[in-house]
Amino acid sequence: MRITQGCFSFLPDLTDDDILTQIQYCLDNGWAVNLEFTDDPHPHNTYWDMWGLPMFDLHDAKGVLMELDACRKIHGDKYIRLSAFDSSHGWESVRISFIVNRPKTEEGFRLERVSGPGRTQRYAVRGYGLDKPEGKRYA
Amino acid sequence: MNDAARETPAEPTVSLAEEYAASGVGPVLKQLDDELVGLKPVKTRIREIAALLLVDRVRQKFGLTSEAPTLHMSFTGNPGAGKTTVATRMAQILHKLGYVRRGHLVAVTRDDLVGQYIGHTAPKTKEVLKKAMGGVLFIDEAYYLYRQENERDYGQESIEILLQVMENNRDDLVVILAGYADKMDRFFRSNPGFRSRVAHHIDFPDYTDADLLAIGEKMLAGLNYTLSNSARRALMDYIPLRRTQPLFANARSIRNALDRARLRQANRLFTQGDQAITLEQLTTIEEADIRASRVFGLPPGA
Repeated sequence: MRITQGCFSFLPDLTDDDILTQIQYCLDNGWAVNLEFTDDPHPHNTYWDMWGLPMFDLHDAKGVLMELDACRKIHGDKYIRLSAFDSSHGWESVRISFIVNRPKTEEGFRLERVSGPGRTQRYAVRGYGLDKPEGKRYA
Repeated sequence: MNDAARETPAEPTVSLAEEYAASGVGPVLKQLDDELVGLKPVKTRIREIAALLLVDRVRQKFGLTSEAPTLHMSFTGNPGAGKTTVATRMAQILHKLGYVRRGHLVAVTRDDLVGQYIGHTAPKTKEVLKKAMGGVLFIDEAYYLYRQENERDYGQESIEILLQVMENNRDDLVVILAGYADKMDRFFRSNPGFRSRVAHHIDFPDYTDADLLAIGEKMLAGLNYTLSNSARRALMDYIPLRRTQPLFANARSIRNALDRARLRQANRLFTQGDQAITLEQLTTIEEADIRASRVFGLPPGA
């Protein structure tokens, strides 16, 4: 099941050229670009691991792409997303976020039914990948 | 030659002059000529690079392949020969010529590239390289990167990362190394990788006396000062005398001398008492301001 989170996720995967264009747009707006990765793409898992520090003071998108390539080398079998933070007054939040790398096979989620007290039914969404230990989920 | 070129019918031609006008290179080169005195080898090299750009564009019209040339440079020359000044210009020039995408200059020295403990250097160097992407990375006093006497020096690690990026990201950034000629020679000898990856070795010659006078007048004009006729003659006498003194640093020595002349001029105006001062007095440097220099009283070579 294809994960659809953030911008562009209903489009075909972005090529590196597309990503470069998007990054340049972020940099031209003065936003700091971040790279994050995870192997647990549950929609409620908003805190992904950061790849390095947010990248301030860059002028050209190629610098970010270098970092992305380095991240892909190590975490290529996980989800990687790129987000851009706008620090200007009144915004102070992430302005754009999109997935730039996916595992080869995306295993999706299952619905779990849990019986509660008094025959109540509760539901949980659980990624299939989570059955495997960390680091082996999409390997 | 590839197929596209062979099939072009009836020998079409392209006007180089038109391309030249369209590229906007002309004003850039003219500005360079106007603002920098002397520096023949530098100007020639920039002209060559600009010409290559034009020819490459025309070649593309004929469907011939063209690859961006390697533009990494090394500037060597004596103190005050204009290395740093030209490097800051180079970023704008290369941007206008279309060789770098953004045209900003990131000027660094050893401190910005080399870390203080194991594992500190690589992130530091990469950080600088990321910032320089799309522009020009200017490494001043580049020979300090390599410390021969200490084989565990972290500079070596920085050099390796630089070399790798200089090779792999040739389209993304231009690296300019600058330093004094003798030390740079030693640096290149101990790092052959650098020598071969740097395509342009430009040596900055010392300025002639006439060049230095012109530079001095340009500096003063920029600060809204002029030399009186007698002061110009005094400066012409001053330059060869200063050259024989130790620690002569070309244009920098002239700048310092003129700064001191400005101090003396200010003091002269101040001590002449309470008179109305005209605009001309305020902007003119007189002979006495220059003749007061220590250099005139010394035996040559002292």
